[in-house]
Amino acid sequence: MEKKWTTIIEPKRKLLDLRLDELWQYKDLIFLFVKRDFVTKYKQTVLGPIWFIVQPLLTTLMQTLVFGNIAGLPTDGLPQFLFYMAGNVPWLYFSTCLTTTSNTFVLNSSVFGKVYFPRLVSPIATVISSVLNFFVQFVMFLIFVVIFMIQGASIQITWVAALTPLLLVQMAMLGMGFGIIISSMTTKYRDLQVLVSFGVSLWMYATPVIYSASSLSDAVYGIIMLNPMSPIIELMRYGWLGSGTTPFMYWGISWIITIVVLFLGIIYFNKVERTFMDTV
Amino acid sequence: MKERDIAIQITDLKKQYRLGVIGGRTLQADIQSFFAKVRKREDPNKKLGQKTYAKNETFLALNDINLTVYKGERLGIIGHNGAGKSTLLKVLSRVTAPTEGRICIDGRISSILEVGTGFNPELTGRENIYLNGAILGMTRAEVDSKIKEIIEFSECEKFIDTPAKRYSSGMFVKLAFAVAAHLDSEILVMDEVLAVGDMKFQQKCLGKMSDVSSTEGKTVLYVSHNMSTIRQLCERCIVLDHGKKIFDGDVEEAIALYSDIKRGNMLPKTDLKNAKRKSFQLGSRQVLLCSAEFLDKEENIFTRDEKAKLRLTVESQTEMKHPCLRITLKDMYERRPGTMVCTDLGPFRKGENTIDLELDLHELSNGIYGTNISIFDYNEYGTVSSFDEVREGFYFEINQESDFIWNQLNWGSMQLARPRVIR
Repeated sequence: MEKKWTTIIEPKRKLLDLRLDELWQYKDLIFLFVKRDFVTKYKQTVLGPIWFIVQPLLTTLMQTLVFGNIAGLPTDGLPQFLFYMAGNVPWLYFSTCLTTTSNTFVLNSSVFGKVYFPRLVSPIATVISSVLNFFVQFVMFLIFVVIFMIQGASIQITWVAALTPLLLVQMAMLGMGFGIIISSMTTKYRDLQVLVSFGVSLWMYATPVIYSASSLSDAVYGIIMLNPMSPIIELMRYGWLGSGTTPFMYWGISWIITIVVLFLGIIYFNKVERTFMDTV
Repeated sequence: MKERDIAIQITDLKKQYRLGVIGGRTLQADIQSFFAKVRKREDPNKKLGQKTYAKNETFLALNDINLTVYKGERLGIIGHNGAGKSTLLKVLSRVTAPTEGRICIDGRISSILEVGTGFNPELTGRENIYLNGAILGMTRAEVDSKIKEIIEFSECEKFIDTPAKRYSSGMFVKLAFAVAAHLDSEILVMDEVLAVGDMKFQQKCLGKMSDVSSTEGKTVLYVSHNMSTIRQLCERCIVLDHGKKIFDGDVEEAIALYSDIKRGNMLPKTDLKNAKRKSFQLGSRQVLLCSAEFLDKEENIFTRDEKAKLRLTVESQTEMKHPCLRITLKDMYERRPGTMVCTDLGPFRKGENTIDLELDLHELSNGIYGTNISIFDYNEYGTVSSFDEVREGFYFEINQESDFIWNQLNWGSMQLARPRVIR
């Protein structure tokens, strides 16, 4: 008679055996990690979560000054301040997701080395705790939208704004996908870590954050839109400010890229997680 | 006899490690090395004097382990450092994957390889209980139902809503252990976690562990160097040596066997010529400790009342007027209970010198001791200059029948004279 085992530990796991159901059992842990991130980050700080809005606010002000006033880049006829902020808030979320999850293995090696839980819990928790930042920043953005509307700026909220939750989820998936691929590679090559912050800031220039996609020539537009983040930013801006482009076709491609990256990321991550303690 | 339920079944388990440096390299270095190899040049990243391991040179930390653990059993795992105990636990707790073989587990398994994994100093005691519990596999509801018990067990009620960074290390450990002790899983895997905390708390933990095993039918796997806790907690014991299981069965027999492995060479004569030495020495080996031999003995096992006769041979290139001798003892826990110094060895002649000594061992408790042996000299200002220092000298064991068991880990290795009751 074959006995029924709860767990079987074997050297190799099938490539597609991702054990995502196990993640569900550990949902409490995800929640507690999110809570821990939130609590520890702002304990013993004066302003607490206000810090969330300082970064995008200052970045936006700087960009308005440099790119808007000094360089005079076109902003689709939108108030420069709102234009840049509409790009910065989602971009900041994406880049935070990517950089923080890319640290997963190295940062958690002491815990991972002592106890088992599905390792994906960590990057998922980081991505979720960043949503809180995004939320605060987004509310700030909305407040500015209302202020500008009252002052009679030519902005309108379109139906595309309803896609925001979907865009947010996509950014989380994309950021985490790239992040966990990098974190899996950094178990072996530490210097990729340096590349990440550098790469992310370069990536921003390949995304219409500080310039408008409609100001590009057709050829360049096509290339820029293949960057999976570009349609997301454009749609976000179109949705809430009512100006710019609505590249739905490119958005479809962006989703395909997102899913492929995340899927490959999870496979790679699962492969590394089994033996990373021996190499990290 | 009724067949017992199996909790863990390990078949042909192997864990292989590659020797040499793995990881910790940069991408740039790897690419450099790759091109050097292609161009048949020497690897620019090879460290000077580094031993090069063949690509497939490997090391088996676990070699063909077969083990069946039944439900409700308390199994001890012992073995000297590097025997594979921790690797076994790591594989069992899924921290790292095995290279070959298979482990089947029936029931939820929780491993405590370290006390307080994932504790965050910024969070309060209560928050840490939830976090630590979740890391160890408990759900929120489970922690909720046990939180009162946990807090009570930890003896930290007063500080439970204070951030853990304000805790003393003892409180920290108590809280962490309290969480671990209240885990709901059917199988508990523990690595020497009881070696912390004060005596009273340790006893409380041991009691709790025995309790959960006997009343709740939990299976406990316990690794320790502390034989007295193994004796207290376990009912069956395995001994690992160089990745192999060499014994499985009765606890006392296992401990006896373990001590045999540990003591290494217990033969009276120890060759010191090739022993591990302190690297720098005065006068380029003018004086060399050659051997140490216990006279009139077949094995280096003594009772406390016995006077051990030790013969040392020393080869000297020069004459020495006032050589001195120092023998520092080391116990099983790598602590140094004390040192014997002899300043009246008499002069050394050129050539081989023999010194016969009588050692008084009556203050030492039962246990195995290693030694550092040193020949030195000192001038009128008290400056000591060492001529030869052997890091790993002879070993001996003290074994004295006694009316109680000396707890060497906590009480130390010196058994001081018993106080006399005068009234």
